[in-house]
Amino acid sequence: MNQTVTLPQIWTYRTTKAKLVIWFAWLTLVALFVWSWQLMNANTMWVFVWDAPTQAADIAGRMFPPRWGYINELWLPLWDTLNIATLGTLGGIVMAVPVAFLAARNTTPSVLFVRPIALAIIVASRSINSLIWALLLVAIIGPGIFAGIIAIALRSVGFIGKLLYEAIEEIDHNQVEAVTATGASSAQVMHYGIVSQVMPAFLGISVFRWDINIRESTILGLVGAGGIGLQLQASLNVLAWPQVTLILVVILATVVVSEWVSAKVRGALI
Amino acid sequence: MSSIGQPYPSSWKRPPQIFTHPLWRRLIFSGIALYLFLAIGSIEVNWTRVWEGLERGQRFVAGFLVPDFTTRWRDISIGLVESLTMTLTATVVGIVISVPIGIGAATNMAPKWMYLICRSIIAISRSLQEIIIAIFFVAMFGFGPFAGFLTLSFATIGFLSKLLAEDIEDIDKSQVEAIRATGASWLQVLTYGVAPQVMPRLVGLSLYRLDINFRESSVIGIVGAGGIGATLNTAIDRYEYDSAGAILLIIIGIVLMVEYTSGLIRRRLQ
Repeated sequence: MNQTVTLPQIWTYRTTKAKLVIWFAWLTLVALFVWSWQLMNANTMWVFVWDAPTQAADIAGRMFPPRWGYINELWLPLWDTLNIATLGTLGGIVMAVPVAFLAARNTTPSVLFVRPIALAIIVASRSINSLIWALLLVAIIGPGIFAGIIAIALRSVGFIGKLLYEAIEEIDHNQVEAVTATGASSAQVMHYGIVSQVMPAFLGISVFRWDINIRESTILGLVGAGGIGLQLQASLNVLAWPQVTLILVVILATVVVSEWVSAKVRGALI
Repeated sequence: MSSIGQPYPSSWKRPPQIFTHPLWRRLIFSGIALYLFLAIGSIEVNWTRVWEGLERGQRFVAGFLVPDFTTRWRDISIGLVESLTMTLTATVVGIVISVPIGIGAATNMAPKWMYLICRSIIAISRSLQEIIIAIFFVAMFGFGPFAGFLTLSFATIGFLSKLLAEDIEDIDKSQVEAIRATGASWLQVLTYGVAPQVMPRLVGLSLYRLDINFRESSVIGIVGAGGIGATLNTAIDRYEYDSAGAILLIIIGIVLMVEYTSGLIRRRLQ
């Protein structure tokens, strides 16, 4: 063939077809955005929105200075918050470990029947926020720390369960085989072949979740599940803005400290 | 060697994996035991209230198994539309704002002063929980999905900019250098050297954030920022557990769907 293929004179990053597809995708996204925006703001009171800077300045003026003397009433709620997070994490671990072993492809007794159930438990726990769990539990077992602990535990099951079962599925099979070859029973294989391999991952996941749980337990009080959030709710209800500022400072400090602790512990484990 | 005459031990005990020093191990474990003792001691549980609540718990489980979609369908659909539109608009706006901030927070793309400004924006956005931001936005902008939209956008900025900045810092330097060697301007380096390397990750992160934003949109309604959370809160307050069960099932269903599709798209991109 003597025909010469005419190459484009100027180099372009994409072909015309690719450009067209990308352009169309952008058009769809923009259209979807505009439509959603109109649907969302059908009932928005724009008066309030334009009023926001004044409101913000007003709130900021009221929030300052923080009422430092109020700190003495916060120690007990802070202790409660810590307990909700820690005991909730422990409760979550107790429930998540068996679920994870049932969900992992290489340790589950039945891939067809047990594994889907374990996965469903993980998904249900993960898709519902701990605040919603708390809302339900406060309605069922009454307000207080106990509801908070169970809410945190139920939310943690999915998180720890998911990460742990993925860790179990990724273990080195040679070690399991080696332990099996010594004539070990299935409990011994579990103990020496599998548990020892996932232990570091498991501890890392637990500490990570504990850190997240500290964050979440600070606000559970908004729905009545104990901790420092109760104080926040009470202060907001009576519009005691200087107290709100102090509570926010305390929450921020707690979160930063827990993040630091968790990072240190995970660093030491790995 | 003194051990020559000794017989081999007939049993073997696995050495501890963490806290290998025996004294430290004992100290840490007794500290944990003491903490647990104090923590569990400080929980007050009103067992009669819990016992009375179990009947409600049963009704809730029954409502979850036989959900009622029809009675409150109007409220549910309004909440759902608010949640979905809020999620989409907030994710889009969040991405649009967080891309420049993410570029500014990458050490290899921005000058030092810019880096510090962008990093502090990220730190502020990340350290405050969605629900607390929502309380303030509701106070400023009034009730409804607009406050929720602002909350989710704000939270998206911290999440996405941080991960994007880390990605940009991790890119292959030689590609950037090659583009720069052709005499390209800063903007051209960005489009031809940096963007192609981080684009797949950015799309993946955006989809992941879409997923998170939907989950959060089901919660912030509890403090008045619109969405399905408000409907859920009302349903639980009215003790309509069958409607609450229906709402939770819808949330789980949508989360599963979003997670599955975003996983599919991310796998195709990488």
